[in-house]
Amino acid sequence: MARTMWDSSVGKKTVMAVSGMIMLLYLVAHMIGNLKIYFGAGEFNHYAHWLRTVGEPFMHYEWTLWLIRIVLVVAVVAHATSAYQLSRRDIKARPRKYVHARPRASYATRTMRWGGIILGLFIVWHILDLTTGTVHSGGFQEGHPYQNVVDTFSTWYGNVIYIVAMLALGLHIRHGFWSAAQTLGVGSRARDRALKTVADVLALLLTAGFIAVPVGVMTGVVS
Amino acid sequence: MKLTLRVWRQKNADADGAMSTYEVDGISTDMSFLEMLDVLNEQLILSGEDPVAFDHDCREGICGACSLVINGDAHGPERTTTCQLHMRSFKDGDTIDIEPWRAAAFPVIKDLVVDRSAFDRIIRSGGYITAPTGSAPEAHATPVPKADADFAFEHAECIGCGACVAACPNGAAMLFTSAKINHLNVLPQGAPERETRVLDMVAQMDAEGFGGCTLTGECATACPKGIPLVSITRMNKEWLRATRKAGKR
Amino acid sequence: MTEYVNYATGEPVVDPKAPSGPIAERWDKRRFEAKLVNPANRRKHTIIVVGTGLAGGSAGATLAEQGYHVVQFCYQDSPRRAHSIAAQGGINAAKNYRNDGDSIHRLFYDTVKGGDFRARESNVHRLAQISVEIIDQCVAQGVPFAREYGGLLDTRSFGGVQVSRTFYARGQTGQQLLLGAYQALSRQIAAGNVEMHPRTEMLDLIVVDGRARGIVARDLITGRIDTYFADAVVLASGGYGNVFYLSTNAMNSNATAAWRAHRRGAYFANPCFTQIHPTCIPRTGDHQSKLTLMSESLRNDGRIWVPRAKGDTRPPNQIPEDERDYYLERIYPSFGNLVPRDIASRAAKNVCDEGKGVGPGGQGVYLDFADAIRRMGRSAVEAKYGNLFDMYQRITDEDPYEVPMRIYPAVHYTMGGLWVDYDLQTTVPGLFAIGEANFSDHGANRLGASALMQGLADGYFVLPATINDYLARNPHQEPVTDEHPVVQEVLAETEDRLNLLLSVAGDRTPDSFHRELGELMWEFCGMARTDAGLHKALERIPQIREEFWRRIKVPGSGEEFNQSLEKANRIVDYLELAELMCLDALHRAESCGGHFREESQTPDGEAARRDEEFGYAAAWEFTGTSTAPVLHKEDLVFEYVHPTQRSYA
Repeated sequence: MARTMWDSSVGKKTVMAVSGMIMLLYLVAHMIGNLKIYFGAGEFNHYAHWLRTVGEPFMHYEWTLWLIRIVLVVAVVAHATSAYQLSRRDIKARPRKYVHARPRASYATRTMRWGGIILGLFIVWHILDLTTGTVHSGGFQEGHPYQNVVDTFSTWYGNVIYIVAMLALGLHIRHGFWSAAQTLGVGSRARDRALKTVADVLALLLTAGFIAVPVGVMTGVVS
Repeated sequence: MKLTLRVWRQKNADADGAMSTYEVDGISTDMSFLEMLDVLNEQLILSGEDPVAFDHDCREGICGACSLVINGDAHGPERTTTCQLHMRSFKDGDTIDIEPWRAAAFPVIKDLVVDRSAFDRIIRSGGYITAPTGSAPEAHATPVPKADADFAFEHAECIGCGACVAACPNGAAMLFTSAKINHLNVLPQGAPERETRVLDMVAQMDAEGFGGCTLTGECATACPKGIPLVSITRMNKEWLRATRKAGKR
Repeated sequence: MTEYVNYATGEPVVDPKAPSGPIAERWDKRRFEAKLVNPANRRKHTIIVVGTGLAGGSAGATLAEQGYHVVQFCYQDSPRRAHSIAAQGGINAAKNYRNDGDSIHRLFYDTVKGGDFRARESNVHRLAQISVEIIDQCVAQGVPFAREYGGLLDTRSFGGVQVSRTFYARGQTGQQLLLGAYQALSRQIAAGNVEMHPRTEMLDLIVVDGRARGIVARDLITGRIDTYFADAVVLASGGYGNVFYLSTNAMNSNATAAWRAHRRGAYFANPCFTQIHPTCIPRTGDHQSKLTLMSESLRNDGRIWVPRAKGDTRPPNQIPEDERDYYLERIYPSFGNLVPRDIASRAAKNVCDEGKGVGPGGQGVYLDFADAIRRMGRSAVEAKYGNLFDMYQRITDEDPYEVPMRIYPAVHYTMGGLWVDYDLQTTVPGLFAIGEANFSDHGANRLGASALMQGLADGYFVLPATINDYLARNPHQEPVTDEHPVVQEVLAETEDRLNLLLSVAGDRTPDSFHRELGELMWEFCGMARTDAGLHKALERIPQIREEFWRRIKVPGSGEEFNQSLEKANRIVDYLELAELMCLDALHRAESCGGHFREESQTPDGEAARRDEEFGYAAAWEFTGTSTAPVLHKEDLVFEYVHPTQRSYA
């Protein structure tokens, strides 16, 4: 069954849909957690610490977090590999362009590939910036995420990178959520309007929710 | 009407092709697009040039032979087949670009004629119900709910023209393949081969070198018979169901 | 020409396979008497099938299922595109699901009478018997016929018959039945039992020692001419309506396979029996390349009329009621707008000849739905005819809900074709003809929804049973190869013909000749024929032929994809077939069905059949281009349905 999945273009799309949905669920949780920054350093840092102790005493310190990280890494790798292989296939299937070209499909649809690449690069930067602190501006302080976030969004490029990536995320989810529903076979003529609305709402909420953080820092509400 | 036509000319499958420009005059708005090309070809023959090759047959929108990309749109600006497109959709003095279906799985044979035999091979891989002649039960033995019969019909309407592939930026044949799967899989007669049909046809579709679906919806917009995009969704569902069932066996 | 019309009458042609006994038992009897081929031996037999329409597709699939090795051809890029796909209305079957008094015997009776008593009773009865099995077969294949809310099959009445026996799939019955046959054929191709050659056109028949043993065919992509050998050859190549240039046939439908077989010895029967369909969209100008049919069902609710005054050019909505002539209702009060096809077509021609026609060139009559919209409401009309109205509007740019449709008759179907016996074998042993390519079941006029029935009956049920008998009786045929002198000769003839076409390098295009021939045939061998007109046509055709070979211009070469060459080669055969059609029409000095001779009509202008002199099928034997053919008569005996003059007044 796994073999059938991976060998088929429809199967690979399924892999993309499922991994995309996992990431989407994570993003919803991530966004809600982020908003805690508006309640001050205490609550935000406490939340960040809790993430490492979830599941205790059954789980050891950071086990749950690592479990989530592993699932996410698998999802990202599966999503990206499928996307790469499917894109290669698509480009090969249409080797010659029409002389009379015109834009096809919606903007969100056409930007899935570039949007995906932008998001991939963003994730790398994001981890190096706020998880490992490797490229962090100012002194990265382990265990003080509130301050680290404020530092990042105190630089112009931190804001630009983040906001551009979140806009790309919105577009990606807008087409991706609806598209995943089709791939998983849950779309129908009757449900189409509803699915598109959910996709739009999700895209909007996530983009707005994530961007709220740099906006908070920029406006001085968060400092 | 007087028109400028820019037409893809290619001597044969191995030759390089290019757009050539021709002028046609005295075109009536009542002409079909193919009749306009007939006028061009009569002109070309008399002037000692090679007429433009294009596929066509019934000229009433049902055989699926005609296959031109007109100004970047499969079958041109109206939602119909090329043969049912009329010159009233154009204006005097227009320049019209005419190209063949473009897809790796549809190689050009000559000028605007492409090889669509990949579609036949997809049908051969499972687009049928095994019912040897003479073995059929009485037609009324199995009632089919009207909604299912209508659903089957809507998908069976596909004429196999390939506009979906031509319009798809990925050269995918999902709409074509899904139409046949949905037609047969919804019927009680098609149930015994329901899983093998979808698995085999999707595998064949992949093997032919068609691209994958990114749900741009271009196929359904180009389809002269109005096969809906959700046909693909339904095929995905059938495929997942069949994969699960095959996994259990 | 004088020589050509001086045809000789040869020995009558008799059907050696015709079974005797009570008509309802004849088919069973023949099937029992027919020898069988051992299933293990079937794979040693190769059968060539030319064409993949309803008849060819169903035959290829069924013969392959039985274990024969089938080699099949179509000129289209896929077997799914054969012109059967364009049939709209439906398919008749004597299921009597409506409990409205239908029966096999009634379908048999209606078909013999509808054919104006020029068809064979035994064949027609078999067709009616098989009709019920066809529906079962197609449903099992997944053909999505229209259904009632209870899940059972829906039927409608069609073409003026009084029972509801027509099964349908919206306005696309032909498409759905063809796809069913195509899918069955595809299954056999995948299984390796059928070797399919698309984009390959049969150009000649190979007859060795008096038996059909193969064909010569051209690969339309590479231009390569090849030979294919078999133990039997089946022609399912359709009708010859394209002789008229403008018809409802597909652009590439052609008569070459049938005509080449005729030249090789197969008799051609009743070539003048052509069906002119009354409800087609009129032509708009000289550029017209083909005509489009509007389903006959429109006559169930539309009213046909023309202005009373000649040359009335007012828009139809401004012509008051009392200045309109609802001529069918006036002349045929009891059948009104639902008279059979031949009658409706001729009446339209008559009013147009009187100068009352409407639209460009006065070649049209109105088909008006204003009354129906008033009576049933627009939405009901839309539900019933919506797709047809859309199609009309797309072609004409006129809204039939607001303005009456304009219609005019057009060539649609050919009842004539290769003469076949009860086993569907032609006069060349080993050569079979099925579907529209043969002449057998529709007499002088075909009823609506009967063509699909006949094509599938021949392909699924009749031929697979009867061809066994031929193969069983000729089990060990000597293999034929390209080296055989006959094969060499046929190959050389074909190559010479194509080379000649390419070498003339004249100044006229193939289409210009086709159009000229078509106009001539439409005028003199169309809806109404006269002795003088037919003589004129017979004089003109050889002249066109001579001019053709002097002035034809075919660009390109034979070793490539060359659509002009394909076209020109088909016209060569039309130019001979047209002559035989006119001769047949000339010799048959009676009116029957689609063949109306002005000299033979009743005092009130109706067709007058002359059974005493012409109660036969005319089977013509080829003797050479331009030389008179030999007429062989097959007497038609009516034991069950006694000929009467049709009356619809």
